[in-house]
Amino acid sequence: MAFLQFLNDWPVLSLITFLPAVGGMALLLIPGDRKDTIYKVALGLGAAVFLLSLLVYLGFEVEGARYQFIEKYNWLPQLGISYHVAVDGISAPLVLLTGIVMFTGVIISQRIDERPREFFAFLFLLATGVFGVFVALDMFALFFFYEIAVFPMYLLIAIWGWKQTREYAAMKLTMYLFIGSVVSLVGALAMYFSSGLKTFDMLALEGANFPPEFQILWFPFIFIGFAVLGGIFPFHNWSPDGHVAAPTAVSMFHAGVLMKLGAFAALRVGIMLLPEGAKFHLPWIILLTLVNVVYGAYIAMVQTDFKYVIGFSSVSHMGLVVMGFASLTPEGYIGAGVQMVSHGIMTALFFAVVGMIYDQTHTRELSKLGGMVQKMPFVTFAFIIGGLVSMGMPGLSGFVAEFPIFMGVWLSDKPWIAIVGAISIVITAAYIIRLIRRVFFGEFPAEFEGHVHDVKPSEKFALGLLTLVLILIGVLPGVIVPMVEAGVDHVFALLGGM
Amino acid sequence: MAPNYLAILPEISLAVLAFILLVIDLRLPQGRKTVLAGITAAGLAAVMVLTVLFARPGAAPESVWGGMLRHDTAAFVFRLIFLFGAAVTALFTIGWKQIEKRGEFYVLMVLSTLGMTLMGAAGDLIMLFLAIETASIPLYVMAGFMTGDDKSTESGFKYLLFGALTSSVMVYGFSLLYGFGGTTDIYKLAAAVGSGELPVLGLLGALVLTLAGFGFKIAAVPFHFWAPDVYEGAPTPVTAFLSTASKAAGFAVVARFMLATFPAEVLPQGLSVIALISVLSMTLGNAAALSQKNIKRMLAYSSIAHAGYVLMGVAAASLLGVTSVVYYLAVYLVTNLAAFGVVIIFFNTAGSDEIKDYAGLSRRSPALALALMLAFLSLAGVPPLGGFFAKILVFAAAVEAGLIWLAIAGVLNAILGLYYYLMVLKVIYLDRSEKDDQPVPVARPHAIALVVCLLLVVFLGTIFGPMYDWSVLAASGLF
Repeated sequence: MAFLQFLNDWPVLSLITFLPAVGGMALLLIPGDRKDTIYKVALGLGAAVFLLSLLVYLGFEVEGARYQFIEKYNWLPQLGISYHVAVDGISAPLVLLTGIVMFTGVIISQRIDERPREFFAFLFLLATGVFGVFVALDMFALFFFYEIAVFPMYLLIAIWGWKQTREYAAMKLTMYLFIGSVVSLVGALAMYFSSGLKTFDMLALEGANFPPEFQILWFPFIFIGFAVLGGIFPFHNWSPDGHVAAPTAVSMFHAGVLMKLGAFAALRVGIMLLPEGAKFHLPWIILLTLVNVVYGAYIAMVQTDFKYVIGFSSVSHMGLVVMGFASLTPEGYIGAGVQMVSHGIMTALFFAVVGMIYDQTHTRELSKLGGMVQKMPFVTFAFIIGGLVSMGMPGLSGFVAEFPIFMGVWLSDKPWIAIVGAISIVITAAYIIRLIRRVFFGEFPAEFEGHVHDVKPSEKFALGLLTLVLILIGVLPGVIVPMVEAGVDHVFALLGGM
Repeated sequence: MAPNYLAILPEISLAVLAFILLVIDLRLPQGRKTVLAGITAAGLAAVMVLTVLFARPGAAPESVWGGMLRHDTAAFVFRLIFLFGAAVTALFTIGWKQIEKRGEFYVLMVLSTLGMTLMGAAGDLIMLFLAIETASIPLYVMAGFMTGDDKSTESGFKYLLFGALTSSVMVYGFSLLYGFGGTTDIYKLAAAVGSGELPVLGLLGALVLTLAGFGFKIAAVPFHFWAPDVYEGAPTPVTAFLSTASKAAGFAVVARFMLATFPAEVLPQGLSVIALISVLSMTLGNAAALSQKNIKRMLAYSSIAHAGYVLMGVAAASLLGVTSVVYYLAVYLVTNLAAFGVVIIFFNTAGSDEIKDYAGLSRRSPALALALMLAFLSLAGVPPLGGFFAKILVFAAAVEAGLIWLAIAGVLNAILGLYYYLMVLKVIYLDRSEKDDQPVPVARPHAIALVVCLLLVVFLGTIFGPMYDWSVLAASGLF
């Protein structure tokens, strides 16, 4: 937008990337027993990050250059490493997504009682890593931030997570993600040396024209390595365990944003730099994503733990993102780009609701819950909106995202995948409706009488913000689709206009 | 050619420092001897300053003192690394009861450092052997310094036996080299080997024999058996010194000697041997570290694993490879010193090195817990800490040299490494103990040393330029 022109003179992306980490470090200076101050400062920081991300989103010119808000500084020119950041039509919405989830995650973390100072500091450090990956145009910088994003998860889950499984889940998650990233790293180094350009700059590497044999050899390493974080089958196993064990804000951030990091990096480094490899391998990788989509939804249906249902639903929905990529059609990519945002917001909403209910009832067993609508009408409303998004109901963001994905898959040479994949929508509807009935309707258990109350206004605000985004995208797809389309056009320019 | 005294200024000043320490020790009354550590650290820092000011080598490497020493950037950078390691170690001895009042310890340490600086510069087999022994013999004594403690005595004796055995094997290798090449000058030997007229099998035998000696210094598989016991038994400041400066000295020799004497064009098998040792060290070190209960033993195995990573750079035998070796060693030195610093400080209060006793450290001393976390994460290779960039460099060197399998083995090992470092962090941050409310005090000199090391860890992990340039200069001097 025109009035945001001034952003181009600001290092706005550096600001948004480093503000969380610096602010997080500053939090550590507040005495640990002043929990109220800590929460307020964290809230202020979260709001600032959210506003900045909103500015980036609004300031992005759809008709403008491919990459905007470019900043480039030498980091280690001897090896061709630079600090080179910018956003394109695909990453700008993801920056906004991160801002929203970060902000709402902080809002609903008021109940964190154990060392809140460190909790927020790690959470903000995580945010720095995430923003860094979304904006990085240098492969080294991308790995740098990627691993910054992976590590704090361990402590966040291990210290503040659900006591029963937190140690196991935290270690499992960290190991999976670390394996994925180092495997990709070897591939990235191979690209660096093979290109002969002596640069990690991805814009330069896009024009490196790697020989097809090289691309075919290395594409699986890089793509699958990153896609582990996107929850691709058969490496999705860490994700439900991790989500369930994590504290609420971390589950939101993890399922909402971090899994997109994997899909995004797989796109940026894998597909965009090795297009021939992508064309060779994605036709079989799409089968993996089909398993994700259908099997994930099916497993979600048979869970008895509220949070596990959501955890597996993430596996299923993230499978759709990668399926969109693997369709190799522009429609599929646009859908995947929107789905990353839509699912991010939706799943953050789900986990927030699960957290709010668990905090008061201390159980997530579906058989013990019920009748929550009597005490928490607004939460129920928000969850139902999220549920409808999950089912792909027209008028909500899920439809805007999933319809193009299935269309793209249909247009590719394997329409039967779209048919089989669409079964997941039915299964999703089944488990979401079951959840809504079991948790929110029916009889209110007598044992909860007296100590289960409605949530705080601040929490309603957080849920309201998330719901609003879901509805806004659904009603006015124009706020996001053209932007994603602009980014996708460039991807297809690299893929050779398929 | 006039003798170049400036080239050996660091060695001269170290000898003077050792002498000064000896005299001060005699003069000081028993109660005031604790200042010795501070004097040693200040003296070593002064030697560093002198070295930087007056003993900088020229652009081209030169042989000085009749070919005994090389005056090049590699020797210069390694000298600074050893001196820094020794100075920090001296600070960490403050408060260690059996050491801080005994002047001979500091004299020995300075002499050992003198041996290391010579190792980094040695250009002749004779000189090299003398340098290695000068560095090692004081270390044997230092490892067994706590004479009242069985483990320390055992550690010193074990170290001595292994050291004696491997260095005799190494000397045998040297004698073979002399027999084949007719000279003890490493660079003349290199020319003879490079001519391709020497028997390859004989050279390979000499290589394996000399590697026994070097492998002992760097604690690489299969010459690593001493490391866990010695690391565990020795006073922790000595362990810190052994695992950092002493190991770096070993690598200084390996890098110079391997590149010069066994060039890849003539002896490609030599590099395969190094690559094999590298994989074995990484894998064995990491696998054994997984199950350790004692933090010093765990760090011993982890240091074996790190020797493996550094050897990847040697095996690449390229400019980038040797650059990565120098960079990695610099990072490893500051990181491991910080880790051992925390172990020392904790032991001074808690009297234990068992990992389970670290439970609740994050409550007893949040700063110390944070320091150990940063050090371990750097060892594991997590950004924005030095270990991340160092690992990327060695992996990159391996990939560049076409050793993809080695790079893959390296990254898989990095995961194993992350696991056991995280397990310790878990104990620190998650587990509770009855002593949660007893703080762990940190003495000021310790705090200074820790902060300096950790700042360097972060610096080397974010601003790569300066150290990278030095590493390249050092590496190019070796070719």
